[in-house]
Amino acid sequence: MIELDRVSVTYAGAATAVLSDVDLRIPEGEMVLVMGRTGSGKSTLLRALNGLVPHFSGGTLAGRVVVDGRDTATHRPRDLADVVGFVGQDPMAGFVTDNVEDELAYGMESLGIAPDVMRKRVEETLDLLGLAGLRHQPLAQLSGGQQQRVAIGAVLTTHPRVLVLDEPTSALDPLAAEEVLATLQRLVHDLGLTVVLAEHRLERVVQFVDRIVHVPGGALPVEDGAPADVLATTPIAPPVVELGLAAGWSPLPLTVRDARRRSVDLRGRLTAVRPPEHRAHAVNGEVAATKDLVAGYPRRPVLNGITLGVRSGEIVAVMGRNGAGKSTLLRSLVGLHKPSSGKVTAGEVGLVPQVPSDLLYAASVRAECATADRDAKVPGGSTRALLDRLSPGIDGDHHPRDLSEGQKLSLALAIVLVAAPRLVLLDEPTRGLDYLAKRRLVEVLRDLAGTGHGVVLATHDVELVAEVATRVVVLADGEVVADGAAPDVVVSSPAFAPQVAKIMAPQAWLTAADVAGALAEARA
Amino acid sequence: MRPQHLITHPRALHPGAWWLWALGLAAAASRTLNPVPLALIIAVTWFVVSARKSTSPWAASYGLFFRLSLIVIAVHLVFQVLFSGHAQGLTVLFTLPEIALPEAAGIKIGGEVTLEALLSAFYVSLQLATIFCCIGAANALGSARQLLRYVPAALYEIGIACVIALTFAPQLVVDAKRVREAARLRGGDIGRFRRFGRLAMPIVEGALERSVDLAAAMDSRGYGRTTVADPRARRVTSALVVAGMLGVCLGLYGLLGGEAGSWIGLPALVVGLGLVAVALVLGGRRTGRTRYRPDPWALPEWLVVASGATAAVMTFWQVRVDATTLVLASPLDVPPVPPLACLGILVALLPAVLAPPLPLPTHEGLPGPVPEEVAV
Repeated sequence: MIELDRVSVTYAGAATAVLSDVDLRIPEGEMVLVMGRTGSGKSTLLRALNGLVPHFSGGTLAGRVVVDGRDTATHRPRDLADVVGFVGQDPMAGFVTDNVEDELAYGMESLGIAPDVMRKRVEETLDLLGLAGLRHQPLAQLSGGQQQRVAIGAVLTTHPRVLVLDEPTSALDPLAAEEVLATLQRLVHDLGLTVVLAEHRLERVVQFVDRIVHVPGGALPVEDGAPADVLATTPIAPPVVELGLAAGWSPLPLTVRDARRRSVDLRGRLTAVRPPEHRAHAVNGEVAATKDLVAGYPRRPVLNGITLGVRSGEIVAVMGRNGAGKSTLLRSLVGLHKPSSGKVTAGEVGLVPQVPSDLLYAASVRAECATADRDAKVPGGSTRALLDRLSPGIDGDHHPRDLSEGQKLSLALAIVLVAAPRLVLLDEPTRGLDYLAKRRLVEVLRDLAGTGHGVVLATHDVELVAEVATRVVVLADGEVVADGAAPDVVVSSPAFAPQVAKIMAPQAWLTAADVAGALAEARA
Repeated sequence: MRPQHLITHPRALHPGAWWLWALGLAAAASRTLNPVPLALIIAVTWFVVSARKSTSPWAASYGLFFRLSLIVIAVHLVFQVLFSGHAQGLTVLFTLPEIALPEAAGIKIGGEVTLEALLSAFYVSLQLATIFCCIGAANALGSARQLLRYVPAALYEIGIACVIALTFAPQLVVDAKRVREAARLRGGDIGRFRRFGRLAMPIVEGALERSVDLAAAMDSRGYGRTTVADPRARRVTSALVVAGMLGVCLGLYGLLGGEAGSWIGLPALVVGLGLVAVALVLGGRRTGRTRYRPDPWALPEWLVVASGATAAVMTFWQVRVDATTLVLASPLDVPPVPPLACLGILVALLPAVLAPPLPLPTHEGLPGPVPEEVAV
């Protein structure tokens, strides 16, 4: 179905190729995951499949990309619209019309498909993706998962043979992500569609895919093989695979179910061992507190009487579905949102917003750091020093927009930290981060807590919570429904339990590293 | 009879019909300064909007336009009081302190305020307010955005640009708010100009990124695939459109202004419309696009357009028969009732019944009928 023959891509003005000599054959009906670090060329590979690279992006493509017999050298993206359906990272950014039904029809209108055929296909697609109840809804009013499904539906109506998705679940909460992945699974099974997707959150997708293409970046060759084989050697792997590696299972399990069946023996060995408690080491005085906090909009309160205290040394994870009030809570703590009643007491607070680049407006990293020094009235070079601790080796001449997501986050965090806040708030910090950047973030957060900061993060990322949180607060409908140590809150929750907890239940292990540590201790 | 011809069959009326109806009323309003027909037109638009508006977000725009028209009247009156000109009428209401300006300035600030001046200013602004209400009604009943779906194929590119602009504008406001908050987080006391520079950067960059994303998405979805590029045909079409629009503008100016020579009125309008029609047909042939589920144009649409046209025609007829009932000789007169115009405007009330009722929205997320108690 898809053939890449010695493909190299070099963007205009770049010294080195993004992809070099990629050979790849993807047969019909496969679901393929493309993984790799940010900036490794994943997106370039995906965009080469429908000709956006090089027709839209510019640059030079050597070699041949042939999809369903059409060579992208002679076919522009629009000429491949009926063969390849391409869904970008942010579904909202790709919508042309304003309601669900028109959006589904848009592609067919452009291709000039007969009205009666269009009518039939729209109805079929509405049913296939479970969107029938939403057909007249404005797109802006849909939830993230629904928007993603509409974006998929909108390219499906032209009956493509291949579906290409760039990080389809990175912005979604765990349940919405499951909804989207289940949809993709159904398309592969029922329609025999070939699906190629890129995703950082391996734990969500690995169980669904038939094959993994690993793009390591740099000049290294692209690896390609069965999921278990590829994940055994790559530096990045989902927790279920890490647990498999720690326990020495072979072949490696890919799904929680697999691992659970295999883990009887492991659980037996660990019955006597107490899992780590994930509590803060040294907790000191309160750095922020809310009392009976009500905030939101007139006649639509988002927070309904929240009483909460954060102490220094704690890392508090605030979880809950989209719209539960996580962001409003953070914004109230930092003073951006006036409470309608109740009280917020907080000292120096710094917030890293959901889109870190909102904080960045200078033309170079150096200028950005200098501005931050001036704003915070600290000696010159302080921000740069912080940045080098968080993420060493960023060139001062780079434009902040050209940094990777992880580097942008580090820069924004450095700018916030230079004002020496006691409490640091992070809104969805792992959006768009790859595994290595996430590992760095975990170290940074622990470091912050160790140096007496209070940390609060609002997140959907259950694996991050398992790794780093010393306390978990679950919000629903503007109220606190659970508040306690991470193992107590997440282990029993079907939505918020990390993979390792699901495998090891009823024992309260949260991460593969915990299990590996316990095993090493038992051996010693 | 097919169901779309029934005025009782629940469906959304073609937005074009609502706009033509509202244009008819606006044309009627443009011919008179008599507050009686003007107030009647406002009442008619209000009644029809209340009877036939949907639950969509834009349905609230009538209230917005109504408030805007009140502001128009208020501003006009305030300016009239401040810059009252010289000697309009004899009934002095009150006298404001006057600021002496050289005679050559041609205006005076403050001074005597007469009832005549106030009333005539009120009537003029009422006319403008009425036209605002007509536009508001059209937008509330069939939003401008809905109407854009029906731009002729030849103007498709312009239409899609407008649709995208309508989506981007609110998005830009949201972006600006987000970035401003982020800037507050960073703090730092800086001047207003530098702050503006700081904020503009991320907003503009964000907008640019979004446009590039959208362009990529549109390209991957087949945008522009069926367009046959023939530069000569395109140039001919553009020339015809421009010439035609010029004709239409001249014609409308002649008709509504009512003062220019007779050749400028109806003949120019007809020729202009003809040219535009030819251009659109020629241009439309170039694109191979199809249209998904267009709203039908059936009997109710014709009836609604006819009722709006009746209001316009009857008012124009009133001008022929007795123009003094439409433009008062003296603002102090008790406004007479122009029978023909009022009758025509009342006919425009009929869409409250002639337009089909809107279907009840299906229950959130669940296809199928609304539960009984909700429907009641």
